[in-house]
Amino acid sequence: MQTPAPCGYERASTVDGAIASLVELGPTARIIAGGHSLIPMMKLRLATPEHLIDINDLDELAYIRRDGDELRIGAMTRHVELLQSELLAEHFPVFADAEEVIADPVVRNRGTIGGSLCQADPSEDLSAVCSAVKASVVIRSAEGERVVTMHEFHVGPYVTAVGAAELLTEIRIPIRPGAGSAHEKVERRAGDYAISAVSAAVWVDGPTFADVGVALAASGPFTIDVVRAAELLRGQVPSEELFEQAGQIASEDSMPMADSRGPIDYKRHLVGVLTKRALRRATARALRQDI
Amino acid sequence: MHVTIKINGEDVSRDVEPRRLLVHFIRETPGLTGTHWGCDTSNCGACIVHLDGQPVKSCTVLAVMADGHEVRTVEGLAVDGELDPIQTGFHEKHALHCGFCTPGMMMACRALLDEKAAEGRAPTDHEIRTAISGGICRCTGYMNIVAAVRWAAEHEAQIKQEA
Repeated sequence: MQTPAPCGYERASTVDGAIASLVELGPTARIIAGGHSLIPMMKLRLATPEHLIDINDLDELAYIRRDGDELRIGAMTRHVELLQSELLAEHFPVFADAEEVIADPVVRNRGTIGGSLCQADPSEDLSAVCSAVKASVVIRSAEGERVVTMHEFHVGPYVTAVGAAELLTEIRIPIRPGAGSAHEKVERRAGDYAISAVSAAVWVDGPTFADVGVALAASGPFTIDVVRAAELLRGQVPSEELFEQAGQIASEDSMPMADSRGPIDYKRHLVGVLTKRALRRATARALRQDI
Repeated sequence: MHVTIKINGEDVSRDVEPRRLLVHFIRETPGLTGTHWGCDTSNCGACIVHLDGQPVKSCTVLAVMADGHEVRTVEGLAVDGELDPIQTGFHEKHALHCGFCTPGMMMACRALLDEKAAEGRAPTDHEIRTAISGGICRCTGYMNIVAAVRWAAEHEAQIKQEA
């Protein structure tokens, strides 16, 4: 029987209250949202918080809305809400692509975007999605708020920029014209870790790419932002040859490990193929073409 | 911690350690052992119950997190001895063999039927397969489970028409 180690528990009724509890209880306290990463980690003693602060009552952190030229997603927004959001589908269909293949529908009823990002599992899809669309995140502490890029947010495997007395409250994504995005993933079955997954976002201006983001999940020890692929494509006219080259770069820049899901050469090949597919689909969406 | 959870319409109260999982609370306190405790890793789906109307895996929810909320288990499907159409569907279509996954499967499918009924239609086979993708059945090969859900959807629509 797997059971977490003994720990304390309290429910936060406000964001400030949750942060005050974090300050008071110190670094052995942890925020719990959906719990679908933390509780399994606690069962395995990979996480051993002495105190849990439950933020499931914080409805003020569950929203997807447009604010000027930004999309804003509250940290307590659950996977099922990301999957069903028309606003997200309109601007960043990459979220719905990813959500269709994150865990299974029952897990998606509980898990949250904030919890997924803070878990910072290298195989986690939303970290790649947020990197590709060049999101930033809002981190709040007793002193106030700070906004960091996804690059700054990802410190390493399972480690983020969120400090012991801080709370991730919001994800912000800039809305720019000519956007298209897509997520491609190959997994053995629902709920398994991906063999590999790739997120791509493009912004088209006239005949060329104004900007591009490509990020890999389950392809190395952390979420990989394929900066070289984005640099290759920026300012260029979309073409199959370019997608092929970008796939080649992503394949080179991936750092997969051999495991029961496949050997390294297979995974590298898969990263290349998925990158090409994601870019092709993101570009078609940006250009409003059928694919 | 003192916890009160409304399970199948009745308040159930008990002092529990915060680390106590909802699945164990349900099985031990009111003794509702219909909810099965399987993989413990939110993979197999045997422990699926409804939490405030939504299917969740009760091995990955702490009982204290469900304090003040409503839970519906497989024992809450039948009303006054009358089986729920999903239960009859599983019987009619032989959708189980060993029965271990069955409570979770039925709770996931009940939620799907409710969701689609609100849209005024029956679920497609693809939607049924997606809804049960969080459950593992090692007996049926899933074919009969899909057939059972389809049977339940058709019979519910019929019952509604007659009423």
